[in-house]
Amino acid sequence: MRYLPLTDTDRSDMLAKIGAETIDDLFVDVPAVAQLDGPIRDLPMHASEMAVERHMKRLAGKNLAAGDAPFFLGAGAYRHHIPASVDTVIQRGEFLTAYTPYQPEIAQGTLQMLYEFQTQVARLYGCAVANASLYDGSTACWEAVAMAGRVTKRNRAVLSGALHPHYAQVVKTMAQFTGGTIADAQPAIAAEPDLDGLVSRIDDETSCVVVQYPDILGRISDLSKLAEAAHEKGALLIAVNTEPVALGAIKSPGEMGADIVVGEGQAIGVGLQFGGPYLGLFAVRDPKHVRQMPGRLCGETSDAEGKRGFVLTLSTREQHIRREKATSNICTNSGLCALAFTVHMTLLGEKGLRELAAENHRLACHAADRLAKVPGVSLLNNAFFNEFTIMVNGKPSRELVRDLADRGVLGGVSLGRLYPGIEALEQALLVAVTETTTEDDIEALATELETLLQETTA
Amino acid sequence: MNAPNKSGWKPAMAVDEDGLHNGPQTTTGNRALMLEEPLLFEIGHAETTGVDLPEFDPDASSRLGGFERSDPIGLVGLTEPETVRHYTRLSRQNYGIDLGFFPLGSCTMKHNPRLNEKIARLPGFADVHPLAPQSTVQGALEVVHQLGHWLCTLTGMPAVAMSPKAGAHGELCGILAIRAAHIARGDARKVVLVPESAHGTNPATAAFAGYEVEDIAATAEGRVDVEALKARLGPDVAGVMITNPNTCGLFEKDFREIADAVHDAGGYVYCDGANFNAIVGRVRPGDLGVDAMHINLHKTFSTPHGGGGPGSGPVVLSEALAPFAPLPFVRQTEDGAFELVEEERREDTRDQTFGRMTAFHGQMGMFTRALTYMLSHGADGLKQVAEDAVLNANYILRSMEDVLHAPFAESGPCMHEALFGDKDFGGDLSTLDLAKGLIDEGFHPMTVYFPLVVHGAMLVEPTETESKASIDQFITAFRSLVERAVAGDESLKQAPYYAPRRRLDETGAARKPKLSWTEPTE
Repeated sequence: MRYLPLTDTDRSDMLAKIGAETIDDLFVDVPAVAQLDGPIRDLPMHASEMAVERHMKRLAGKNLAAGDAPFFLGAGAYRHHIPASVDTVIQRGEFLTAYTPYQPEIAQGTLQMLYEFQTQVARLYGCAVANASLYDGSTACWEAVAMAGRVTKRNRAVLSGALHPHYAQVVKTMAQFTGGTIADAQPAIAAEPDLDGLVSRIDDETSCVVVQYPDILGRISDLSKLAEAAHEKGALLIAVNTEPVALGAIKSPGEMGADIVVGEGQAIGVGLQFGGPYLGLFAVRDPKHVRQMPGRLCGETSDAEGKRGFVLTLSTREQHIRREKATSNICTNSGLCALAFTVHMTLLGEKGLRELAAENHRLACHAADRLAKVPGVSLLNNAFFNEFTIMVNGKPSRELVRDLADRGVLGGVSLGRLYPGIEALEQALLVAVTETTTEDDIEALATELETLLQETTA
Repeated sequence: MNAPNKSGWKPAMAVDEDGLHNGPQTTTGNRALMLEEPLLFEIGHAETTGVDLPEFDPDASSRLGGFERSDPIGLVGLTEPETVRHYTRLSRQNYGIDLGFFPLGSCTMKHNPRLNEKIARLPGFADVHPLAPQSTVQGALEVVHQLGHWLCTLTGMPAVAMSPKAGAHGELCGILAIRAAHIARGDARKVVLVPESAHGTNPATAAFAGYEVEDIAATAEGRVDVEALKARLGPDVAGVMITNPNTCGLFEKDFREIADAVHDAGGYVYCDGANFNAIVGRVRPGDLGVDAMHINLHKTFSTPHGGGGPGSGPVVLSEALAPFAPLPFVRQTEDGAFELVEEERREDTRDQTFGRMTAFHGQMGMFTRALTYMLSHGADGLKQVAEDAVLNANYILRSMEDVLHAPFAESGPCMHEALFGDKDFGGDLSTLDLAKGLIDEGFHPMTVYFPLVVHGAMLVEPTETESKASIDQFITAFRSLVERAVAGDESLKQAPYYAPRRRLDETGAARKPKLSWTEPTE
């Protein structure tokens, strides 16, 4: 077995030192009822590297990779070009095979990187402090709702109808056990988000208002107006961002008054990977809220010789110290994805991020205009960044996406899949366009859409 | 006695009056391969970039609704060569398994096979969108299904929830399933019992799920006090959370009896599977009466820890809890295709699902790595994994117990980790000092001050991927440090001397937190 260095001679020498006759003597405390008489049945025996690779490649080959088709999926996970050097860095064994930096003297690499990551995220979000990452955007969203409850000592969260439905489901799932009340709504199909409707749902018991920016339909809301309305009632504004590249083009949630900004960092440095691992981002605008934050925080300090160094800090918030009184139960987070984000963001820099955002928007505008020319298709959004909603006449979008896939085009995410059973949303299709999308891809989608819709009307 | 190193070179122990091997100061502060590295924000520029994109045109038309960003973001960039060098230099200030022995108890720092990395990067896995039409992702769904089958078979459990993102998230999944099961039968209970020796995540999870947490006492031999536990069971107790093998490194031999008692009292049994690597392929937790157990794929099945994640924490479930498992899940249809069930549908087995734990379907990138690991080892190799891990830990325990306090050495063989305490140390030396001394000797320290039930705990987990030579070298260094600590060698108080940093001021860091870089004011 290629991964196990002990030889049989080693094993018998070690058993002798221990004073045991056989390996079974070391498992004497396992009750007889749970002792097996050999390797577990119904599973294969060990296999060579070549054989395993063959098996896994066969499975991988059954999937249509995004890069092998015209591709327009988004809805919380975006395909961007990742520079080759990102993967080179994250595969360095000193990063890949390190643990959480509990021994800071020999973990300065991870710690300094996390400090850079926290600074990048805080600035991107327009906030004072970001943490060292959470699992993903959806769990970060729940953590923000829980934190708003601790800060305001209230327990009623108001969710925008245009919050990603999976994020809303995570929040509602958790709240049913923690005694919180969640006021949510369906997204209304309209060119502009219904901010007045959202404001009208804020009351004196409201702990927070949760709004996505840009929202699930790709629309862009005036967060300042919401922040004002929330603050007037003593509630916090939580802004959720699922496409960080957008913040290279539009104002940050922090500068528009959001109190907690959370989101999915996958779009920068982390690939699609069928949904995970991703990267939860979490930041607060006001440093006074730091002690209520969940997750790990890296801070600057100095060593015994006065050299600057970094440590995990404020851990009295965390489970390994506070146990049942911790701000969250989170332990392992998304360290390596944070590294990928930071390396990619370092390669981009201010200039590259702005250019990347502009290129995404330019192509998305082009795609929106082209698709709107397809008979039976209309563009819903007034404003959008790199993802927008089209309304399709004649065929439920869920079916349309499947038919497009049969024709080799990964044509978007149907609202019918995200909101099953809601008739009003069945005709809506989310289309995401990034710098990886070519004009040929856009043309392919337009052409296939036209063909399919014509078939339907015929 | 083993030689300190294989080359036969013996370190000269002579030191200068500061107790240091100090040569002259260098101009740069670098010491040959030990390279200082500034922060990104001190070397990067707003106008520098390492990617080539079309120039930004501020006059281009936009449809951003008037929300165009006007102020600078405050980011800086580096070109590719500068970026690679910056992070390579930082990487060299880290200790990883690739560099040496990393006996961090309970964390299971074993070798990460590189085939797993290669497989995870195949475009068919890495470049697939979670919401892609299901007909285009049959291979991805099959991976989830196959891995689930391995996990169920290895644990002897009928069902598995794959979506939890890490161990603590898996704990939450199991506890929410328990809560949902109680609520469904109209018997919402309030209390979860957790042993004092538990991981901090256990009480934090139970509290996060809305339970009150009560401690269960331990016996002098380091196991759960079965009588005390039985006495506390009653109509208010929803369940217990027990780690097995436990955090003292011992197998809970009365687990089955505990499980039966909990079930008789109407409760459920959560097993923290953080230490499953000690018994994988040899013992099936399902045979012990477990209702829910998370499996840290990044521990037992060796997906990389990555400096603090990502992890992955699938949860195996008993028949009683399976209907409450979260969405989505993968199942195989009658025609052999794989289906991702995302919606609550009454005809499904999970007809009482407690909801959704995360946006998508779990840590696919970890699933591909873990499945590759399992296929490589097979049923026979996984059994050997458990046996070698346990053998290595017992070898360390019996090689140290004559010089170091081993509180549970008489409680029988340990499992995959050996627990020691600092009660015999001289002067005011503590476990922390010994740990820092290990850094100078070129080892990553063991887990320290956990579990809380032993004074100055040192929890040593060698794992199965260390050679005997590597373990012998560690034992030699460990014994010499113990001798120094027992003798009250004050020089240990200042260790480490040779790491990229001396001891860091953690108190100062917490008193005046500085959590992001700001431009110097002067």
